[in-house]
Amino acid sequence: MTFLELKDLKVHFPTDDGLVKSVDGLSFSLERGKTLGIVGESGSGKSVTSLGILGLHKGGRAKISGEIWLDGEELVSATPEHVRRLRGKKMAMIFQDPLSAMHPYYTVGDQIMEAYRIHHNVSKSVARKHAIDMLGRVGIPTPGKRVDDYPHLFSGGMRQRAMIAMALSCDPELLIADEPTTALDVTVQAQILDLMRELQAEFNSALIIITHDLGVVAELSDDILVMYGGKCIEYGAAEDIFYRPEHPYTWGLLGSMPRLDRERTERLLPIKGSPPSLINVPDGCAFHPRCPYADRTEGKSNTEVPALLETEGGHMVRCHMAKTERRTLWENEIKPVLETQ
Amino acid sequence: MTAPLDVPESAKEAVPEAVVTGVDRKAIQGRSLGQIAWLRLKRDKVAMVGAGVILFLILIAVFAPLIVKWFGHPPLEFHRDMIDQETQVPKDRFGGISWDYLFGVDPQWGRDIFSRVVYGARISLLIAFLATLLSVGIGTILGVTAGFFGGWVDTVISRLMDVFLAFPLLVFAIALAGVVPDTAFGLSGDALRVSLLIFIIGFFNWPYIGRIVRGQTLSLREREFVDAARSLGARGPYIIFREVLPNLVAPILIYSTLLIPSNILFEAALSFLGVGVRPPTPTWGGMLSDAARIYTVPHYAIFPGLAIFLTVLAFNLFGDGLRDALDPRGNR
Repeated sequence: MTFLELKDLKVHFPTDDGLVKSVDGLSFSLERGKTLGIVGESGSGKSVTSLGILGLHKGGRAKISGEIWLDGEELVSATPEHVRRLRGKKMAMIFQDPLSAMHPYYTVGDQIMEAYRIHHNVSKSVARKHAIDMLGRVGIPTPGKRVDDYPHLFSGGMRQRAMIAMALSCDPELLIADEPTTALDVTVQAQILDLMRELQAEFNSALIIITHDLGVVAELSDDILVMYGGKCIEYGAAEDIFYRPEHPYTWGLLGSMPRLDRERTERLLPIKGSPPSLINVPDGCAFHPRCPYADRTEGKSNTEVPALLETEGGHMVRCHMAKTERRTLWENEIKPVLETQ
Repeated sequence: MTAPLDVPESAKEAVPEAVVTGVDRKAIQGRSLGQIAWLRLKRDKVAMVGAGVILFLILIAVFAPLIVKWFGHPPLEFHRDMIDQETQVPKDRFGGISWDYLFGVDPQWGRDIFSRVVYGARISLLIAFLATLLSVGIGTILGVTAGFFGGWVDTVISRLMDVFLAFPLLVFAIALAGVVPDTAFGLSGDALRVSLLIFIIGFFNWPYIGRIVRGQTLSLREREFVDAARSLGARGPYIIFREVLPNLVAPILIYSTLLIPSNILFEAALSFLGVGVRPPTPTWGGMLSDAARIYTVPHYAIFPGLAIFLTVLAFNLFGDGLRDALDPRGNR
């Protein structure tokens, strides 16, 4: 049995302007000890997916359908109270900005203790020991002293470590990290990614990393899911996505990724245009207005939503172009440009 | 409710740690937001003067019987020998001010104005504090409920606030004071009147603080630390009491200190209009009301007027200082 499985998850928000289809039919699965990277532009539905898995969407405002199976339990139809019990213990989340995700009035230790005591009926001194232990494990020096400090006394990287300690305090089996390094500078970013890799190995948890930074997923992920306009448009093993991508959007993402091993004078290749409005998703393939190859599909891209089809060995692509055509394009036009660039 | 500003508590806890860490770390001892606000408040001289006056007034109110025993005469004692029986005004110059009668005596009966002002502080402060407590209590509970749960709960409570804000309070107060008999709800005399004033002033002022609290709760509810707490499995009550309420302490505290003087003024106004505590019980507003009839004796109006003025000013100065201390971004 797979540990986490999403089947056709839809998260829609009815608004005065129309139905916002933030996540529109997303399916994937994830095993313990594995890492899935979800990549996409702002507004592609990454964070909405993670909040949906945790059941954090406010009832009444979001319409959620589909199935989320976590360790044999279905979460979409479960009662909010049941899902609440699972949060923290079974699944937890690391937020993007640890300063705003920590309460400014309580010490870091207090907050880790509280997180632990929600699920464990232990005394304060036991919880405190646990908090100090957790802070030590995420690499905070002199945790016995730092445990009584307030979040604003921590540096950005330390704060993200403390946030990770908080999320891990109840030993969750599924950890969702929503842009865990976006608010950090590059050196600290690398440290935090190392830390997450170590901790994942230690706790054997399933990890979902949500980011718009392909560099981050390249370092950590086993599988990568590329989202666009609320849908998965390419999904596969990390090597497939980096070395054999087949969707024009993924090509665009790779082309717009800054690389330190290249000359600074060379320009990035940005994707033209901006992400679609999720109220008015373009007909046909959501990416077709920005896709340089949309005219190669005899108009199908403009009218028909492409299906997510397997090209080989678990590598799925949502594109109207023929498999051979995509591969030729990648080998002959895209890859040489990316490499010589 | 006051947890984050419970400075002495956290300070107590912090001390042993700071001592253990030794000399090296002494200089960079961590401070909670409450401690920082307290330091800032201590530096604000105007606010500290205000706080001093408030403390002084509270002491006067608490120890009124002792003060009157040492420095004056019982507030209800007549000294007709001090009064010119024909003109009904005090015989001596300056309204009879002397070492014996610090503020002079009132016309007609010759009661010691000093004692009456001192006792008046009791009524004024008692009513102002309890009415504020009532407003803040109702306003906070309903405001948090409306803001946190939203939906129809919010709609019902918000409309209720609109109704209360549109209520002709003064007319209602005058009518109610006239209707309520001398004995009601198991209370009588001054106790009944004071309770009635607390109820009227407190019960009709809650929508102001309710709106502030509701607005703050609405924005706090969407903050990331609330999501973070929820992502760790926190329950609704936990979020209200541990995540939302501590952030409301500052606005509630500031609003309370600014509501107290307005309640003092309102109580004085009601007493002035004769719907407050009934004579002969001394109140500042009541004394002003009496003084207005006998304008040949200015000192009779000056002392209670000065008392009201100083009290209101002190609370306002302290409230402003508190706001500056708790909201450093509001720096001018």
